[in-house]
Amino acid sequence: MANVMEVYQLLPKTNCKECGYPTCMAFAVALLGKEKIIEDCPPLIENPKYEKKLEKLRELLAPLMSADATETGMIIHTDKCYGCGNCVVACPVNVANDPKGTALGFGPKSGRAILMVEDGVIKCVNVEECRRFGPEKILCNACVVTCPGRAIEFI
Amino acid sequence: MAVCTGCSLLCDDIELECDDGKISLTKNLCRKGEGRYRSLREDRLVPAVDGVKVSFDEAISKAAEMLGDAENPLLFGWSNSTLEAQRIGIDLAKKLGATIDDTSSFCQGYLMEKVLRGEYPTCTLDEVRNFADVLIYWGSDPSSSQPRHMSRFSYFPRGEKRQRGYEEDRTAIAIDVRKSPTVVITADGFFRIPPGGDAEFIEALLAALGGKMPKVKDKKMKKKILKLGSTLRKAEFGVIFPGLGLIYSLKDEIDKLTPLITRLNEVASYKLIPMVGHYNMRGFNQTLLEETGHINRVSFKDGVEHGPQFAVTEAVNDCDALMVIGSDLISALPAAISRKVARIPTVAIDPHRNLTTDMARVTIPSALSGLEAGGSALRMDGVKIEFEPVIESGYRSDAEILSRIMEAV
Repeated sequence: MANVMEVYQLLPKTNCKECGYPTCMAFAVALLGKEKIIEDCPPLIENPKYEKKLEKLRELLAPLMSADATETGMIIHTDKCYGCGNCVVACPVNVANDPKGTALGFGPKSGRAILMVEDGVIKCVNVEECRRFGPEKILCNACVVTCPGRAIEFI
Repeated sequence: MAVCTGCSLLCDDIELECDDGKISLTKNLCRKGEGRYRSLREDRLVPAVDGVKVSFDEAISKAAEMLGDAENPLLFGWSNSTLEAQRIGIDLAKKLGATIDDTSSFCQGYLMEKVLRGEYPTCTLDEVRNFADVLIYWGSDPSSSQPRHMSRFSYFPRGEKRQRGYEEDRTAIAIDVRKSPTVVITADGFFRIPPGGDAEFIEALLAALGGKMPKVKDKKMKKKILKLGSTLRKAEFGVIFPGLGLIYSLKDEIDKLTPLITRLNEVASYKLIPMVGHYNMRGFNQTLLEETGHINRVSFKDGVEHGPQFAVTEAVNDCDALMVIGSDLISALPAAISRKVARIPTVAIDPHRNLTTDMARVTIPSALSGLEAGGSALRMDGVKIEFEPVIESGYRSDAEILSRIMEAV
């Protein structure tokens, strides 16, 4: 899981403002928030002296940019998932949206659940309901800490 | 909605989509159940005698002949059969004068007997969800063995008196020799004990409950046990979920559990639900108890006899025909006893191939309960769950196969 300082260290740190942000640190935050992409930093792409940094940065942000990650940065490692549904029942949004289903330990009944077990593993649907969605996100981790296989992570 | 017979939770909220008789999508099914459902068509057993494929009727008549001619037949398995099949099985044992035993003989038998006879207080899993506040997973690992146990019933769901669920209303305690996947969730309430250290832990806990200093060398552990004693005393509705780890560790000292249960019920209210593995082990124990007054290890040779000599591990020494239904006995037993089993003429009834069916003289394929065959079974807490077949197949249910054998004997 990449943090903002790690990203910052791999940027030119010149505060050239070519990306549209006042500082490289602000650009690092934007990169992690998926508001910008690496290509939005022209010096990093064009100047050969940043070649190694660019390579490392791409490597660091690969999971974040991959198709597996949802818009909230959630990655589900299905190979580690037990399909136990702990996260489905523990998710506070699932409980509020589905008081007759997931709140009581059953599978989702309302169609507004974020997490559900399908084909023996967990699947993320209705991602816009997640507390981590959007600019006003809350760093909830109920699904992460209740997983016996540590199959869920946020990046 | 289908019922999963993958473990003794008998989850009844499974949604299935089938495409041309093949399962294409499942919902709410855990990985264990998913494996059971998806492997439905793989490695199916065929009717055979001495390794040669025969018709179903021929296999039935050969099985009936083998069992009918035997002097000391042994009928084993039953934990993966419906209540209906178990009843016919007990009648078959009576007719044959056979010994009958099930997997509880080397599994949860001791605790199940105490629970069924009312010596240990118990409750249903629905009561656990609605009222339980202290949960003790002792030598059990529901995350691996009964994956939906914690999410459907015990730790995570909201209940009538436990509206705030695991966050504030429930305390989970895990006592185990290793950091199991269940322990990952109950991190703060984890008590690591050495293998075979359960008896010592019981004594330390009894001391802590009595306000005495527990005799434990490790100072940190001593403090933790004292704190645990106070948590247990404050419980409104405590439940112990003992697993095989506890039973195998205590061995002959299993009686030591009784004073702890008694003491816990003096200071608070505690129930016990054995963490049964197979989906209908409790069903067999209860049915046999009603019929004979014993939960397993029964011989019908001279009336009704019961004793350790009729346990499968002992009975294989002098039995001359064996019928195994819904169990892989050869894999489950230690090698020395499995070798003895391999020498006995065997009839195996199972949906799929396994080591026991491979060495059996007669094999009879059966339908997979819950998917291809209906019936009823007792959940680990004794609640009866009924199920209907959801997929059509030409396979016959255990009950039908046993009725046919019964007629042919």
